[in-house]
Amino acid sequence: MDILVVLEDNRGVLHRMSREAIAGAQKLASNMNLSVGALAIGENADTLANEVANTNMQEVLVVKNELVASYNADGYAETINQVIEQESPKIITVGHTYQTRDYFPRVSAKLDIPFIPDIIGVRLGDDPVFNKQVFNAKLAADLTAEADQVLISFQSAAYSEDEIESGKPLIREISVNLDPSLIRSESEKPFQEEAGEIDLESAEVIVSVGRGIEKEENIPIAFDLAKVIGGEIASSRPVVDSGWLPLFRQIGSSGQNVSPKLYFALGISGAIQHVVGMKGSKNIIAVNKDSDAPIFEIADYAVVGDLLEIIPKLTDALQAEKD
Amino acid sequence: MKIAVLIKQVPGSDSALPLTGDGTWIDDSLITFVMNESDNYALEEALRIREKINDGEVVVVSMGPDRVQRVIREGLAKGADRGIHLEEDGQIETDPLCIAKSFTSVLEDENFDLVLTGLQSDDTGMGQTGILLGELLGMSTATLGIETDIQSDTIRVKRELESGWFQWIKLPLPASVSIQSGINQPRYPSLKGIMGAKKKEIKIVAQSEHRPDTKWQSLNRLFIPQTNKQTETLNGDADTIVNRLVEILRSDLRII
Ligand SMILES: Cc1cc2nc3c(=O)[nH]c(=O)nc-3n(C[C@H](O)[C@H](O)[C@H](O)COP(=O)(O)OP(=O)(O)OC[C@H]3O[C@@H](n4cnc5c(N)ncnc54)[C@H](O)[C@@H]3O)c2cc1C
Ligand SMILES: Nc1ncnc2c1ncn2[C@@H]1O[C@H](COP(=O)(O)O)[C@@H](O)[C@H]1O
Repeated sequence: MDILVVLEDNRGVLHRMSREAIAGAQKLASNMNLSVGALAIGENADTLANEVANTNMQEVLVVKNELVASYNADGYAETINQVIEQESPKIITVGHTYQTRDYFPRVSAKLDIPFIPDIIGVRLGDDPVFNKQVFNAKLAADLTAEADQVLISFQSAAYSEDEIESGKPLIREISVNLDPSLIRSESEKPFQEEAGEIDLESAEVIVSVGRGIEKEENIPIAFDLAKVIGGEIASSRPVVDSGWLPLFRQIGSSGQNVSPKLYFALGISGAIQHVVGMKGSKNIIAVNKDSDAPIFEIADYAVVGDLLEIIPKLTDALQAEKD
Repeated sequence: MKIAVLIKQVPGSDSALPLTGDGTWIDDSLITFVMNESDNYALEEALRIREKINDGEVVVVSMGPDRVQRVIREGLAKGADRGIHLEEDGQIETDPLCIAKSFTSVLEDENFDLVLTGLQSDDTGMGQTGILLGELLGMSTATLGIETDIQSDTIRVKRELESGWFQWIKLPLPASVSIQSGINQPRYPSLKGIMGAKKKEIKIVAQSEHRPDTKWQSLNRLFIPQTNKQTETLNGDADTIVNRLVEILRSDLRII
């Protein structure tokens, strides 16, 4: 096959972003007249292969080897190296997940082929041009591979799984040759940190603060608004990193996913790792002093101004309405 | 314990980002630069490891034009022992394999026990340089470190997984680990540190001595993303904005 999609096992089920990667690969394939295949690895490989058994692909390769029964970066990278060498795909794709961040660069280093990560789209010409967000989503870039083979990963929601074409792939089990000495790290069992006592997922209104709040002493500005409007407080990562709010308030790829009726984004720039956690909100009011802030691209109401001035005034006005 | 920390100088999050005339990069001369956010955390982690085992050396390494010596000095002022500057002439390289090979050629004779990098650079966001470098140097590697536990010949790393999951892994040294923001609270340089930094060594390596001849990928053009979402923009003075917001909350959204 020409385009290989590596499927990700998300605790026994196919990772949502693997489906999006299939949709992206199919689109690329039909535009470039190429064929698509998928690769399922590990103890759940059959389940994953089954989940894609109705999609339009040439074949699904299945690798079962006890050294990659569960994910480990060295084993995965070597498995994929060998599959690439056996099957010679031109483009190797995945979703841009945390796991991808962990093992795809190893494949790039070992096989000496470029990894163009986190792409949001592809433009076709003589060679495909890959689009990627840069400068924390404030700009986008055109990238091209200077090699015959390329590794790419798709950003969350770059393609929709609703676009997947159906079909009947062949399922083929293949073997790889892995030596135990290759796996240098010992992995313990994944675990979840204690959850917070606040259920942000069921909140109707969320007032979320970002680095634009500037300092810890300003956090009450957000609490005051939340109180008068009956909302919960949340935040972006830097606010949690600085210790101003606890981790369970963090929204985004390493925090919570929320979809309230109203999401206030106060001084949040709109980086993808934050946006994936809140873009399902029914309404987004963003307050940012930078009129080019990427958050405005997904906001329903774009307030250009200083939150430290506007929010206390808004709180007062809402309080006056109530009284 | 010999530790290298890769620190990149990138535009500050408040900086304007004007494009160059040909649109291939940003106009460096109009930008305020800072230390890449996750690299600042990586540096702090290296300093803490050295303090904990009370032995060793922390070397800060940066590639870029002359201006990057400022972040190297900042690292030295916080307590790193010496610096290495891989010079770049003209526009900076954006190809991660090319960058990693430059670092490899300069660092391979140093025999570092540990290389710490940021998780990703805030300009190009490639998220791979630390792993590429580690692999090219034959080190064990890990990403997304949010806690470390150093032993004599191993390092345990708590890795951040998606949606609130974590995992500890143990790696033999030498290792290259990429660090996630929030792992610690980075220090500020002291006045004494700033004064002392002036006397510390920065080794300079010319571009011709580290840059490979090949390229694996190119960044050809930058542009401002287009949006197709219907957005109502509110601007003007604070009172006008607040009046409209109250109206939106009352009539459009029926929140109040
Ligand atoms: C693997 C990985 C996982 C991550 N996980 C998450 C995650 O789960 N959640 C998350 O949020 N991030 C996450 N991040 C970080 C993410 O990439 C961004 O760095 C982060 O979201 C930026 O937060 P911010 O918008 O608050 O800060 P910044 O990007 O610094 O933005 C601050 C904004 O405030 C504005 N501003 C400043 N002052 C004012 C003022 N007075 N009034 C109004 N506006 C003002 C500025 O114009 C700017 O737009 C992750 C990153 C990586 C690489
Ligand atoms: N030019 C550079 N100078 C110093 N460090 C760099 C450079 N490029 C990348 N790095 C390091 O590699 C990490 C990941 O970068 P990237 O792969 O570009 O996202 C950064 O956080 C830095 O620690």
